[in-house]
Amino acid sequence: MAAPETVIFEEEFARINLVCDRLRSDANAQVVFIVDKNGQLIAASGETEHLDTTSLASLTAGNVAATGGIAKLLKEKEFATQFHEGEVSNIHIQIVGQRVILVVIFDQRSSLGLVRLRVRKASDELNKVFDTLVAKAQQPGAMKVLEEITDEDIENLFNE
Amino acid sequence: MSFINYSSREINCKIVYYGPGLCGKTTNLKYIFGNTAPDAKGKMISLATETDRTLFFDFLPLSLGEIQGFKTRFHLYTVPGQVFYNASRKLILKGVDGVVYVADSQIDRMEANIESLDNLRENLADQGYDLDRIPYVVQYNKRDLPDIAPVDEMRALLNLNGVPDFEAEATTGRGVFATLKAIAKLVFMELKRSRTSSST
Repeated sequence: MAAPETVIFEEEFARINLVCDRLRSDANAQVVFIVDKNGQLIAASGETEHLDTTSLASLTAGNVAATGGIAKLLKEKEFATQFHEGEVSNIHIQIVGQRVILVVIFDQRSSLGLVRLRVRKASDELNKVFDTLVAKAQQPGAMKVLEEITDEDIENLFNE
Repeated sequence: MSFINYSSREINCKIVYYGPGLCGKTTNLKYIFGNTAPDAKGKMISLATETDRTLFFDFLPLSLGEIQGFKTRFHLYTVPGQVFYNASRKLILKGVDGVVYVADSQIDRMEANIESLDNLRENLADQGYDLDRIPYVVQYNKRDLPDIAPVDEMRALLNLNGVPDFEAEATTGRGVFATLKAIAKLVFMELKRSRTSSST
């Protein structure tokens, strides 16, 4: 089989959320979120009530995948940073450690320079957290929930 | 590649609908979207051309029930079927947990079906997957149209390994949920199998 599952444990989830919250505050951003490269939302911080974060996560990952495809054609390893400027909102997309995507949405209360600076710092912290997660996921019992799935559980999913 | 969050107690999986152009992949997703309770689905996103042909992908997030106290969520994607969008198709297969191959039952589309199936196998191999080893089901769509091939013939051409297969009419919904349930079951069975075999 290909790559293993992405697993997030409570302790690291709290650390990831902390990094997101701090980045949002330090960068004066509206929203910060983290997506895995397959489009699954990992964490979000900020004014997310009116945002469809699931769709945003999927489209961001699609965008990063498409840009990665362009990079490959140009024989580049990746284009790790993308920035889209709108009339009101701007979006900064950064690949962290080649595995997750850090997204910052900000308006005129912040600036691209500040966001880039803060994203760099947050990326270092996130790399450490995801290193820990990879190590933890390889320990025995880490995927207990999957081992304990019964045939009955699977059947019941469709009988509700 | 499934995503498990112990903190929010969620298991998320990715299913891709694959098949030749105009075989009904997007129609499958639209039917699922239109016939699922509002609280069990998110917004359906279609990145399509002005003539409604899929350009990059369609995306539909769907919640099923709980397993072992974990909410289960499926992200359904379609690929663009037209031959020249192969680079996009490859990208969408990244991290896939299960594949639904949608075949067009019309006799004059058999060549396109075979070509698309070969392309699926190749593109999966590029991502490190073997079609014979991943959760995979086949749907024979458009059974309501005239000039269609008998299912036995289609099976002999497109389903040599005898994976679960279904007749469907995606426009009316016949066979759509049966296909989805089958692939969801296979995905969970594979998740369980892969963990049980790796821990013993």
